Amino acid sequence: MKKIIAIALSVFSLSALAAGGGDYKPNDPANLPYGNKVSLQRGAQLYFNYCLGCHSLGFQRYQRTGEDLGISVDILKENFIFDGSKKGEHIKIAMPESYAANWFGAAPPDLSLIARSRGADWLYNYMRGFYKDETRPYGVNNSVFKDVGMPHVLQPLQGLQVKTEEGDLKIIEEGSMTPQEYDLAVRDLVNFLDYVGEPIKLERQQIGVKVLIFILIFFIFAYFLKKEYWKDIH
Amino acid sequence: MTRTQQLIGWIDDRFPLTKVWNEHLAEYYAPKNFNFWYFFGSLALLVLVNQLLTGIWLTMHYNPSAEGAYESVEYIMRDVPYGWLLRYMHSTGASAFFIVVYLHMFRGMIYGSYRKPRELVWLFGMVIFVLLMAEAFMGYLLPWGNMSYWGAQVIINLFSAVPVYGDELVTWIRGDFLISGATLNRFFALHVVALPIALLLMVFLHIVALHAVGSNNPDGVEIKKLKDDKGIPLDGIPFHPYYTVKDIVGVAGFLFFFCMIIFFFPDGGGFFLEPPNFTPANNLKTPEHIAPVWYFTPFYSVLRAVPDKDLGVVAMGLSLVILFFLPWLDRSPVKSIRYKGPIFKLALALFVISFFILGYLGMKAPTPGRTVMAQITTAYYFFFFFPFLPFYHKFDKTKPVPERVTD
Repeated sequence: MKKIIAIALSVFSLSALAAGGGDYKPNDPANLPYGNKVSLQRGAQLYFNYCLGCHSLGFQRYQRTGEDLGISVDILKENFIFDGSKKGEHIKIAMPESYAANWFGAAPPDLSLIARSRGADWLYNYMRGFYKDETRPYGVNNSVFKDVGMPHVLQPLQGLQVKTEEGDLKIIEEGSMTPQEYDLAVRDLVNFLDYVGEPIKLERQQIGVKVLIFILIFFIFAYFLKKEYWKDIH
Repeated sequence: MTRTQQLIGWIDDRFPLTKVWNEHLAEYYAPKNFNFWYFFGSLALLVLVNQLLTGIWLTMHYNPSAEGAYESVEYIMRDVPYGWLLRYMHSTGASAFFIVVYLHMFRGMIYGSYRKPRELVWLFGMVIFVLLMAEAFMGYLLPWGNMSYWGAQVIINLFSAVPVYGDELVTWIRGDFLISGATLNRFFALHVVALPIALLLMVFLHIVALHAVGSNNPDGVEIKKLKDDKGIPLDGIPFHPYYTVKDIVGVAGFLFFFCMIIFFFPDGGGFFLEPPNFTPANNLKTPEHIAPVWYFTPFYSVLRAVPDKDLGVVAMGLSLVILFFLPWLDRSPVKSIRYKGPIFKLALALFVISFFILGYLGMKAPTPGRTVMAQITTAYYFFFFFPFLPFYHKFDKTKPVPERVTD
């Protein structure tokens, strides 16, 4: 009987629903503060200062980002547009792909849709999963994405972690942020990427509420219309 | 005579407008005891119209080329006003279509709607189902995401199971030696022109055949047997207005759930839009786990349950083909499950469970345990159609069928 249950469990295990499983540490939910503009602005700030050197947001436009996040065109031009792009242009990078592939083993991917393909939780853990590994070209490995080609760009903020024998990550060199501050910073960064993945999300849900209320009222009228017509059918 | 009557008279002298209206709506007598299950036919029509309309508008902005397809989908999502809504209506509509059609087919199974004289209604319906699968499969390639690419790769490769000419056939379908822009373009042509035309034709035939023989009902009673002195079935009511107003209620109920998904869960939890499809097609990077979209997975499971690939393809084909023979496989003296005995009810319940398990297993990477499970459920799937369906009535006790429909 135990064997049957074990087989049944292995057949219907739900954990495998998430692609690639989830047996890594850290493994915490991102709990994104959706639509929180302060968080989004801080995430954008982190992204433009630390990530945009290598990772484009090729489907996202500067102007749209500014409008959705409450950043004025002047501030956009001053602090966000580094390459002289027009405000309506897509957020691209200057690094040619062929060079990038040489430097990192693979060209750093465009991150416009990374939150939709990987999911917010994965990103949140990934950015917290770097640890010291001298065998890797940039001296770090990642417990969420093994042997990733990316260096730990946020190391000045987080500091450097090591992997203990139990697989937990422990800070050995402190960064400018406490672990709590770093987690919040990563959460804001992921929140920004989640926004970039689908800029319309917030508005979509707001429209959705109105649509559902309309359909509900329509349903009530339709129901009583049907009742009226059918009252003489037995 | 009013102006409107004059106009209708003018048209009627030249085109059978009133005649068609009466035959198919105002004087089409449907049984008065339709229940919940009878909403799904009209809902399928609604979803079809949704797919056609949103599809037309998506086509206006979509770029059918390997270089531009993925980008143009994101252009629709971000830059086209309400493009995201069109796209989500279309992608959710694809899944909704299968949900509605599966329920519609299940209705036919529980009330014996495929039985004489409605065999052709069922056959036309089955052709619609197969066309719908082809339509959905080709549409899934168009976003040119990585799952689009590899899903199509797996499915097209199934045709290599054809003896002797398999490999040539696969190349012919792809239009290239691997899936490329050539494949994308032909799938686009089939998806937006050829298959929709075929679908519309079959839907037309499905409805014409249905209206010729009249609708079945939850009691499986032929209402045309008992008519009043005007020749109107005693248990029949005009489709319009009775079922038009009733179907509007069904439409409102359906739209509530449909819009809930569109506006709040457009990915459908990864089932309607799969996460790997948010990375562009890449023939060098296989997704960790390739699974077809949920509506294909029961049949995909049948394929994988058979150890030999070629025989697996045959088994998968058979699992579809056998559905066509349903009208001739079921030989029970009664149509509706209401008057069938416990053996049939149990067998049908197991069939539904097997179908769900097959669907679940088809989404998962195979393990030895899962393969055994898929083999058991596949075996039962076929057992249900044969030898169970043709012979169960010899053991199952039926209840007497009433003369008139019940409430």
